[in-house]
Amino acid sequence: MTDTLLLGAVAYDPKVVTIWDGFQRWFAARGLPFDYVLYTNYERQVEQHFAGAFHVAWNSPLAWLQAQRVAKARGRDCRAVAMRDTDQDLTSVVVVRADAPIRSVADLRGKRLGVGAGDSPQATMIPLQQLAEHGLVGGRDCEVRRFDVLVGKHGDHVGGERDAAKALMRGEVDAACMIDGNHLLFAQEGTLPRGQTRVLLQTGAYDHCNFTVLDGAPTALMQRFTDLLFGMRYDDPEVRPLLDLEGLKAWRPGRTSGYALLERGCEQFGWLQPFLQHMAAG
Amino acid sequence: MTDDPIDLGELGLDAGGAVLLRLGLAERPVGAAVPIAGSAGDFAVHLRAFARAEGHGFAETPADQRLAGPRAPSGALVVATLTRGDAAPSRWRGAERAGAATADGAVDHPKASWGLAARGAMVEAGAPAFRFALADRDEVWADDAGALYREAAAAQWDPGAAIPWDAPRPHPAFVEDALVQVLTYLIENETAALVVPARFCAQVHPHFREVMQLLAIQAADEARHIEVFTRRALLGRKELGLSTGGGQRSLQTLVDEPDFALASFLLSVLGEGSFLHLLGFLHVHAPDRCTAEIMRLAARDEARHVAFGMAHLKRHAAHDPTLLGRLRLAIERRHDALRHTAGLNAEVFDALVVLAAGELSPAAIARGHAAVADLQRQMDTGRQARLRRLGFPAEEARDLSALHTRNFM
Ligand SMILES: [Fe+2]
Ligand SMILES: [Fe+2]
Repeated sequence: MTDTLLLGAVAYDPKVVTIWDGFQRWFAARGLPFDYVLYTNYERQVEQHFAGAFHVAWNSPLAWLQAQRVAKARGRDCRAVAMRDTDQDLTSVVVVRADAPIRSVADLRGKRLGVGAGDSPQATMIPLQQLAEHGLVGGRDCEVRRFDVLVGKHGDHVGGERDAAKALMRGEVDAACMIDGNHLLFAQEGTLPRGQTRVLLQTGAYDHCNFTVLDGAPTALMQRFTDLLFGMRYDDPEVRPLLDLEGLKAWRPGRTSGYALLERGCEQFGWLQPFLQHMAAG
Repeated sequence: MTDDPIDLGELGLDAGGAVLLRLGLAERPVGAAVPIAGSAGDFAVHLRAFARAEGHGFAETPADQRLAGPRAPSGALVVATLTRGDAAPSRWRGAERAGAATADGAVDHPKASWGLAARGAMVEAGAPAFRFALADRDEVWADDAGALYREAAAAQWDPGAAIPWDAPRPHPAFVEDALVQVLTYLIENETAALVVPARFCAQVHPHFREVMQLLAIQAADEARHIEVFTRRALLGRKELGLSTGGGQRSLQTLVDEPDFALASFLLSVLGEGSFLHLLGFLHVHAPDRCTAEIMRLAARDEARHVAFGMAHLKRHAAHDPTLLGRLRLAIERRHDALRHTAGLNAEVFDALVVLAAGELSPAAIARGHAAVADLQRQMDTGRQARLRRLGFPAEEARDLSALHTRNFM
């Protein structure tokens, strides 16, 4: 197995197979034996990463924190080696109807807040953390309605955010949480009629997915992997369709400075605890 | 190059602002810092998302510093500065033009990856390869294909308006019976004449667009012929006539011919060429004005089909000295395949005689019989002339014409 680099990824959409099959061919043509294992949820993936089932994980921000905390508890070293350009400096927004008498976070008191899947950093956790910093604790000061689409996939599926946006327009919630780009997308596609919503709160910037490795990963294979990643160019007609599918123009070196908001939210709300207990790391 | 802001005024990125932004950024060099001004709702939120998705750097101007910054002509403030990325030009690196759009712009061997792209379009590198079996210019091209297409498009006629469906039909019942039998035979043959070009139409590389268009309109012509023949038959009868195994076997050898040159030789040069005479005969001997007009208009369409077959085969033969030999073999093979079939079925032959006779007296039938014999001579003479124009010596043309199916098509 150590002559082939093994990646773990979560199958949040059928296109995941197209993407990793494509990268497998592209890597193979450049001398890197590469294969991948798909999981249906990030918790299984993190667990199996520590069980040694594969070398490098394509992790959501929450899965990264889970891996980092388990590593810390077990005295392992855990690193984020690469991420997409589009994984950096995202923001999420809390959106209200334009004509709603909600002018500040305080006005959400006693109202209904629509969020995405319970384990979605972008559509649930980071917005709840930021609202709490503005003095509004979800579940205590306002009602939180979850739009759970595909739990275990950490919100990778856009469905939950779209459902929350639709519920906002139907008047079933008073505010809805989503990534900045999805607010633009929903406005363009008409899910949120133009001019009929307003951003109440924009979160601080945060980072999204990364390639995570634990100590003991095969050094030469990992080096070749990251060299090839950073060498992928958008003007290469072979790799461009894969980059388009995966939603990036270029790979960037991994950084962990963009996970602070999520980490603070996890500490405050205890979101990591069930998994860490399961891993005997809590 | 300018450092002026791109000014979107009140236009939001969700309302078309992204279009203006892309056009504006395309004018700035890669790596340039481009201030963006706008006052639409949530403009900075959307600008951040836009920049990330399109691969541009994004630096938001802090809200308390915006007023101190420059003001765009619309009065909007600069809310962020984008650093222009290179994704847009990168996408077009290695792209190539698929020949030229002009009439003489087709290349000899268009690439499979040009696919469905317009001839003359700039095609992105890495576009998928399509499998078009007919991708060599010499196999399909005719220099006047474009002119023939334009002529065909201008000559389309509406069966509802062009045919005098209500014209009187004073002829006796046995003439109507004979006519319905001939129409039944014609429909069967028109169907072969539709299926064959329709199949090749989907095999021609769309780079040769004039040829593809011409085959498409040829199929549409045949669809109309099927329509008017059927409609005329149903004017006087509730049911159509007979279809024989021999007739269908003859047409099957046409439909099954996989080679474009051979199929269009058998269909257009020999078959439709013979049909030109048959439709002329039916125009002259039509028992009513409605039938006469149908035959005249159908013959006009057929003349174009023959002209295209002749044009591309003549050009093909000039570029490929082996073609005439293959065409000869195709006639001989088809003759062998049909050797033991009946040829033109007796029902059709008799019906043609009755139509030309107009009455059943021996003298009239003798006239009708002579007219059909004359028709067959005309068909033979026409086939020989076309074979000679393709380059066959006179003697060989005579022999090959004689081997043509007795089913006419
Ligand atoms: Fe026809
Ligand atoms: Fe025809």
